[in-house]
Amino acid sequence: MRLADTLRFARDAATGYPMRTTLSVLAMSIGVAAVVILTALGDGARRYVVGQFSSIGTNLVIVLPGRSGTGGFNPANAITTTPRDLTIDDAGALRRASAVSRLAPLAVGTSEVSFGGRLREVMVAGSTSEFIPIRNFELAQGQGLPDDDWNRGTPVAVIGATIRDEMFGSEPAVGKLIRVGDRRLRVVGVLKSLGQGLGMNTDELIIVPVALAQAMFNSNTLFRILVEAKSREAIPEAKEQVMEILKQRHRGEEDVTVITQDAVLATFDKLLGALTLGVAGIAAISLAVAGILVMNVMLVAVTQRTGEIGLLKALGATARTIRLAFLAEAAMLSTVGAVVGYLLGQLGAFGLRQAFPVFPAYPPDWAVIAGLSTALITGLLFGVMPARRAARLDPVQALMKH
Amino acid sequence: MALIELTNIERVFQLGDSTVHALAALNLSINAGEYVAVMGPSGSGKSTLLNLLGLLDRPNSGTYRLEGRDVTTLSPDEQARVRSERIGFVFQSFHLVPRLTAAENIALPMTLAGIPAKERNARVAKALAGFGLENRADHRPDQLSGGQRQRVAIARATIMQPALILADEPTGNLDRHTGEEVVNLLEALNASGVTLVVVTHDQAMGARARRQLVMEDGRLKSDSHVSPPFQGEG
Repeated sequence: MRLADTLRFARDAATGYPMRTTLSVLAMSIGVAAVVILTALGDGARRYVVGQFSSIGTNLVIVLPGRSGTGGFNPANAITTTPRDLTIDDAGALRRASAVSRLAPLAVGTSEVSFGGRLREVMVAGSTSEFIPIRNFELAQGQGLPDDDWNRGTPVAVIGATIRDEMFGSEPAVGKLIRVGDRRLRVVGVLKSLGQGLGMNTDELIIVPVALAQAMFNSNTLFRILVEAKSREAIPEAKEQVMEILKQRHRGEEDVTVITQDAVLATFDKLLGALTLGVAGIAAISLAVAGILVMNVMLVAVTQRTGEIGLLKALGATARTIRLAFLAEAAMLSTVGAVVGYLLGQLGAFGLRQAFPVFPAYPPDWAVIAGLSTALITGLLFGVMPARRAARLDPVQALMKH
Repeated sequence: MALIELTNIERVFQLGDSTVHALAALNLSINAGEYVAVMGPSGSGKSTLLNLLGLLDRPNSGTYRLEGRDVTTLSPDEQARVRSERIGFVFQSFHLVPRLTAAENIALPMTLAGIPAKERNARVAKALAGFGLENRADHRPDQLSGGQRQRVAIARATIMQPALILADEPTGNLDRHTGEEVVNLLEALNASGVTLVVVTHDQAMGARARRQLVMEDGRLKSDSHVSPPFQGEG
């Protein structure tokens, strides 16, 4: 039989039994759609997290007090039980590092803010003028913290958008005096609303000079030092220099942890990439199930059409012709199923993106290709057995079943 | 030379514990252009003989020569080719593919043989005209009457211009009048030179053949050449 005739014959056979054709196409398309949608979700989560993490700054190196990394056993840690804290002077010393473009010490705590009788709890971040540009924050009104001596706690504050709305309503906020804890601070700027980010909600944040924050919380330690490397390539060098300087200042002990944004990003990327793969694996099971369903449908088709197969044999069809016809039908069912499933999946991903605009739910190309090819291969593979069974039927027996 | 030559054919079926000799020590020779009716009670081996002649079944022993060639030793694919080119089947229950139109059913043997669509269409158009089915080309079997269905089946059986037509109770599912038409068609084919072997229960129909084989218990009971008594029936 010619290829075109085989295909036409298979198509007519498939459309001749609409119920079972629809069911197997549906099963296959659900499988493929599951792969497309689930990987879109997984990859969307990865992109979302990576995007959020990238938005906290560029080329960041973050210094944490304490040795929490997995750098192996350090004898110094065994002797000194409490690591040295990070101080403003430590942060100041890091400015010597050649690979560092700018840096911001960070002290955090919670306090109460009040204005005009309204009172609420807020998170207070003590830092310097460079904190806002390093973190990629933008000002809606006014200006940032003054660029003066880090040890001088000028009584000023930059407030988040939500705080501004709640404390001031429609009144202008810049220039007003607010009370934070037991201090009176002048509002010099308002942050642009960014919504919920990783770590802290900047809309409900008050940024004050670092020395002032330390005084308010009665401590001289820092929560973090944010260091920005001069370029992406300079990140490892910056990390090394930061480590070296702090080691010198801490009497040779490596009692701080330095992490790079790149490393964290890579970890998230890997982690969520693995998650996507796992989800794709689960979805692939549904593809296998769909393949088995196609096999069952084809086996039923062979049984239903036993008489026809006998007839074809009587009319001179070779075993190969019959095998090909049934295989073509199985391939057709899974191809149509795969295409319909792909479209359904893309539609679902589109729906997700419409419902959650911040969530980049795009199925990755590899998943689409893998999903489609798995569907086709399982369809064909599971089509082989019924096709062979059909080809092997005894024509006399088959004809009697008509 | 005989078209069909069966020598010492044995066909044995295993039914549970018992062995059934569907065909036993059968010797038969049919010349090209003959019109043979095979008769006999149920289980006498008529259908087995027909299946064997049609290469749908293999004998347990003995040889079957078709056009001088031993076809019992051919591979299944070679046998399929012989069926495709030399043998046409007509069945009691028509055996049309329900989802295909009359034209497509007639074209089916050519489609299976890989004949190009253009030639198929030309030959199908001719066959439709020849069997008075021009207006039924696009009808599916369920839209056709019994007689029309059998005409489609006969058109299909002859479309590859076979040397031999095997008909198994071709009128069994038809009323007397349409049965008569179908028999006339088959006889016209025979008159044009095609060898016709008909299995039938119908004595009247069997009597029309020029040669009658009566079977019993897998053996030939009688083999008589008679000239058909023309009766004004129908």
